[in-house]
Amino acid sequence: MIEFQNITKMYRVVKRQAGFGNAVKALFSREYETIHALNNVSFQVADGEIVGYIGPNGAGKSTTIKIMCGILTPDSGNCIVNGRNPWRERTAYVREIGVVFGQRSKLWWDVPIIDSFELFRDMYKIETKVYKKNLEELSTLLDLGELLKTPARNLSLGQRMRCEIAASLLHDPKVLFLDEPTIGLDAVSKIAVRKFIKKINKEHGTTVIITTHDMQDIEALTERVLLIGRGKILLDGNIEELKRRTSTEKRIDIKFVGAPPAICAGMKCQEIKQNQMRISLDPHILSVPDAIAYFAAHTGLTDISVSDISTEEMVAALYKEYDI
Amino acid sequence: MKVYFSLLRIRVINGLQYRAVAIGSILSRFAWGLMEILAFYALHRTNGTKFVMTFSETVSYIWMQQALFILFQVVYSDREIVTAINDGSIAYELVRPIKLYNSWFVQCMANRISPTLLNCMPVLIIAAFVVPKYRIHFPPFLNLMLFLISTILALAVVVALALLMHISMFYTTSPRGIRIIVTAMTTFFSGGIIPLPYFPEPVLKIVEILPFASMQSTPLLIYSGLVTNMEAVQGIGLQCIWLLILIATGMFLMNRTLSRVVVQGG
Repeated sequence: MIEFQNITKMYRVVKRQAGFGNAVKALFSREYETIHALNNVSFQVADGEIVGYIGPNGAGKSTTIKIMCGILTPDSGNCIVNGRNPWRERTAYVREIGVVFGQRSKLWWDVPIIDSFELFRDMYKIETKVYKKNLEELSTLLDLGELLKTPARNLSLGQRMRCEIAASLLHDPKVLFLDEPTIGLDAVSKIAVRKFIKKINKEHGTTVIITTHDMQDIEALTERVLLIGRGKILLDGNIEELKRRTSTEKRIDIKFVGAPPAICAGMKCQEIKQNQMRISLDPHILSVPDAIAYFAAHTGLTDISVSDISTEEMVAALYKEYDI
Repeated sequence: MKVYFSLLRIRVINGLQYRAVAIGSILSRFAWGLMEILAFYALHRTNGTKFVMTFSETVSYIWMQQALFILFQVVYSDREIVTAINDGSIAYELVRPIKLYNSWFVQCMANRISPTLLNCMPVLIIAAFVVPKYRIHFPPFLNLMLFLISTILALAVVVALALLMHISMFYTTSPRGIRIIVTAMTTFFSGGIIPLPYFPEPVLKIVEILPFASMQSTPLLIYSGLVTNMEAVQGIGLQCIWLLILIATGMFLMNRTLSRVVVQGG
């Protein structure tokens, strides 16, 4: 479905020292610095896959998505999505993709949502029958109903995002690009959006590429994760695998009465409050049952919970490991 | 084609809802028109025979100009295009299956048409009922038709130039400077401040063939009755030529620019 081959993209950024003198100087001559947003990046995505694309701010995530959407032209390399080159055949190509940028809006600001939708219908030349069917399906799934008659400016962020997602799916796209679709949404809206994306992927076989900083999005949606940093793909794999790879550590939270327990080999105390303690445990040195037994025997234990480290922490560890 | 009509429709409807803007601009157009007429009246009183335009022609010119004021503005807010370029929401425009140049062309036209629809009638009605000396006159049918054709062409030329200006904004950090320069140039050389026939002869010869004359002066002179039908047709021909040149340049630059566009952040 998506072939991303040896893509390189550089940006030229104006450099200027602070201060009035330098500002005047910059009127006449400017210094530029070249930044490699993407450096020889290649990957493939199969039909019907959901791929999560993660990396810290400025890693090149959005640049990649924008190249795949035909918005940016790379300096070198080739990209084929759905049999077409996004930037060379832009208008024909974008007819078959759907795009949601979480930080921007594609709905016309001061007209009712339905007017925007009808404009999209004409723009994408959607047949009336297909349009009606899709509109009905999307309004039920995303609970749009009354929202359709409201101008975009009067909607809350969550409501608007639901409309944005619906708008990007009216024309039955084969690929859906989501750039931080859950940014700024409340918990309920986030869950609704995730559920919906999963459903669309399952029922229509839509390939989904999603970038996000919200690791719960990744956990809920994707099987495969691409990690990008400093313009390079650093990791490509399954999220569980990644977790195992980065760390086998377990986290133990205990509550107790009386004196805090002494720490034995294989444990590390991470945090201690009045009568709570967080310990990270290396199960190769001390197994989990043994650790529980140890606490039960040595402390006035009132509560204990054992968990894997969170995806959030795993990613932070990954960023640290790769120094990005 | 249908999509461009839909775009035009949605933008025009969108623009029609701002009442305060409409009232404000009707008042300011009327006041401005009256002021200009009084100024020309003072001039004509000193020596009415020496001017190329009669006072009555000048009055019609000014009223029609005020009625269609926004239609002929090269630098008009075009907010959504300016923001699209400045904050990067152009990204969304590029994932739509239509040519950006065409859709912006339609948007710019709509931005000028909808306020004009609101403004022109009240201003013209007032202009038709003021004291006879300051009243607008209505030309014969043929002139009216030529005027209509020329007005539509003028709008298209205005928009084509506005788009060139918008495209240049891809290369600048802030659009302010270029907008000031373009405003000054276009208003002055299109006959927006004083009608072109009042220009000195040698200057007029050059100004007449510049694209700016096609943006406002041509239709207004046809309306005021100063030019013969033959001259009117020639003017319309010149408008067509400039329109083609500006559109071709705009499309070429747009394609070139889009292949280098950089959308930062988000």
